Amino acid sequence: MFGTQGISKAFGGAKALTDVSFTVSPGDVHCLAGENGSGKSTLIKIMSGVETPDSGLILLGEERLKALTPRDAVAKGVQVIFQDFSLIPNLSVAENISLSTSVLEKRRFSNPKRNREIAATALDLIGVDIDLDATVQSIPVSSKQLVAIARALTQGVKLLFMDEATTALTRKEIDHLFGVVNNLKERGVATVFVSHKLDEVQEIAQTITILRNGALAAEGKMKDFDRRAISMAMTGSDVTEVRLAPEVPKDSPSVLTVDSLSARGQFKNISFDVKAGEILGITGLLGSGRSEIAEALFGMGQISSGSVSVKGKEVKLSGPKAAVDAGIGYVPQDRLTQGLFLNQSILKNVMASAITDFTGPLGIVKSASMMETITGWISDLRIKTDNPQNVATSLSGGNQQRVVLAKWLAMSPSVLILNGPTVGVDIGSKREILEIIRQKALEGMAVIIVSDDIPEIVQIANRVIVIHQGESAAELQASEISEARLYKELAA
Amino acid sequence: MSYVTPMAKRKGLKLFGSPNEIFLIIAIAVLSLVIGFSNPVFFSIATPFDLVRSSLIEILFAFGLLLVLVSGGIDISFPIVGIFAGYTSVVIMQTYGLDTYSLWIPLVLAAIVGAILGSINALLIAGFGLPTLIATLGTAGMFRGFLLTYVGSAFLANIPLGLDQFATADLISIETSGGTLARLHVLVIPVLILAVAIAFLMRRTMFGRTIFAIGGSEESARRMGMNVRWAKAQLYILVGTLSGVAGVLFISLQRKADPYDLAGTELEIIAAVVLGGASIMGGYGTVTGTILGVLLINLIKDNLILLGVDGAWQRAAIGLMLLIGVCSQAISDKRRLKQAVTVSEEKS
Repeated sequence: MFGTQGISKAFGGAKALTDVSFTVSPGDVHCLAGENGSGKSTLIKIMSGVETPDSGLILLGEERLKALTPRDAVAKGVQVIFQDFSLIPNLSVAENISLSTSVLEKRRFSNPKRNREIAATALDLIGVDIDLDATVQSIPVSSKQLVAIARALTQGVKLLFMDEATTALTRKEIDHLFGVVNNLKERGVATVFVSHKLDEVQEIAQTITILRNGALAAEGKMKDFDRRAISMAMTGSDVTEVRLAPEVPKDSPSVLTVDSLSARGQFKNISFDVKAGEILGITGLLGSGRSEIAEALFGMGQISSGSVSVKGKEVKLSGPKAAVDAGIGYVPQDRLTQGLFLNQSILKNVMASAITDFTGPLGIVKSASMMETITGWISDLRIKTDNPQNVATSLSGGNQQRVVLAKWLAMSPSVLILNGPTVGVDIGSKREILEIIRQKALEGMAVIIVSDDIPEIVQIANRVIVIHQGESAAELQASEISEARLYKELAA
Repeated sequence: MSYVTPMAKRKGLKLFGSPNEIFLIIAIAVLSLVIGFSNPVFFSIATPFDLVRSSLIEILFAFGLLLVLVSGGIDISFPIVGIFAGYTSVVIMQTYGLDTYSLWIPLVLAAIVGAILGSINALLIAGFGLPTLIATLGTAGMFRGFLLTYVGSAFLANIPLGLDQFATADLISIETSGGTLARLHVLVIPVLILAVAIAFLMRRTMFGRTIFAIGGSEESARRMGMNVRWAKAQLYILVGTLSGVAGVLFISLQRKADPYDLAGTELEIIAAVVLGGASIMGGYGTVTGTILGVLLINLIKDNLILLGVDGAWQRAAIGLMLLIGVCSQAISDKRRLKQAVTVSEEKS
């Protein structure tokens, strides 16, 4: 039996965990769910010896412990696979798997033959074949994850935590990962998937623990929970997934018209139009070309043929600036690297795209009127901050995403393209972000949502285009949109 | 589930991917032919011997810098550490009247002084976590000032007998057709042994692998249980020691001790190591590449005049070589990244 018994932990005055108990049996696959900030990370840190609990006990096999050091945790078989996998990019697969063992054994020399043997054995145990001599940076994300799992095995893992394990994987890779986890299960390893998303993990887990605000919100057998019950336990309120898609007036004019748009090697013959007040969903598997289409519409790709018109006027999308000038806004998928100036204030971030609206003669910024607008946005979008001058990094994921959204809404584009608008955002914020998007559509904005989050697409879109290997494979009207239908189209 | 990685696929064809050994050998060969055809004096047994002699000391310094670059750091204090250690050991020997034929006494003295200076770098970098560029820039200035103020600023024409004698210790000397002697210095043997030792240290010891791991991802190395701080401390002390030894050998080969010597050589040694394939971002680098890099830089430096290029262009040429090395790394990194992305997309 592994787990905790009545664990509490506070940082300064803030309580991170209050009286949390959970248990996992050997060979169990467990899901530890909770929104960002619910205390999942603190719990992992306590189980892996990084943090010491204020009270309560850690259960590891027969032992009941008050505290743990990182070294103890490893020795007793606790391993954590972080989202970044903690691998060394320039070293070979063999070394990444075997070096921890050499470090633990306090070896002075490194024997390549022995490294390869250790690595080959570990990869064999989980039934995967990865080139041992390849450097880790040259292998795909899914293989990196398997390398991290293999490394955990070399350390005699009994309890394996996997932090957001499925976020970066394609469906096929997830199936493979689940095969590996089933294999671990047969070896008696307890696996804990840690996630803030209601996702694929539900398929494989037998038991679940849900945290909310640092306390236990629900626990039990996975089969006793449906999506709604989990989301209720995570958010504390009944966030039902009703259709949010706005009604599009019949006489609504077409705002964006895309005619047989192609980009060599990425997508071809994509045609659609979006009316004012309409929300168009574009979905497809990872690598299908859906992101590339979104980027091309914002002038960030190489368009080889086809045309794009905004309000009947053809636009030459030579770059993001041309797109912005034509009234197209784009909320990128990776908000941290593409959407935000992380070290700048919230204020400056929101104003970045609309700054020209607030400059007087000689390019001097009119701060008073700017301040007024920004305060309006912050309250409209319910961005949780006490001061717009704080840096963007001070916000949580959901709030950061709202800042990116505010930045584009501030320039009031006629077409807004959102790529994965709620990736990495917790359920409560997700609902609010979708509400904001709906509101903007009601006000007459044309919206395109590019996403592989099927429930989200079903909730928000009026119409959905499914992309398959760079081509439009299906177009579903409002009445045809359902999760089952979309999953079927994606698998086709 | 098996992947053919781009690295494996491209193993046989890396000529233009990164500035590696084959490319350097070709560059050295082509350059030699060009110089030789424009000035036949070049085609003489004396040429490679002289090239080796002028490269030996730089190779020693380059080995230290190679280790630092692999760990993801940079050191610009090593030339001053070298001359500080070398000059100080000469001064100590003269002060105590140790004008002996021993080579070991100055070598050990310089190694000790180098290790002390290296441990100051180690304290700042491993202890206080300062960025390596700033830390070594600071210590370089500090060491130079200390050397000139407290140890001495005088040019010493007479160096201890052992060091002086070693300058003419030849492994091979052949009389050329022109009647002069072509000489290969004996130091080439210990340098080759050291090259093998450093390669072994990098490839086969846990210390070496830790240095590579730190250069790849310091945080991951820490999470793998490696003692990152201690490894860095050992590294900078080792580099200090190596630089100290190189410094005193430099004085020996020059047969004079001038505290103003070696200043500015960090440029050409950094250029050589980077051309040799060591990544300025850390995590990559080889001993063979480093040796070839130093040889190439020295070939250019020593023979620009034979090509009719004014000597004043020397430093410009070396600076250009450094930029070429860095650019080709950036290009091959970009290509590598692109390839990794395509592979992961092909699969899905």
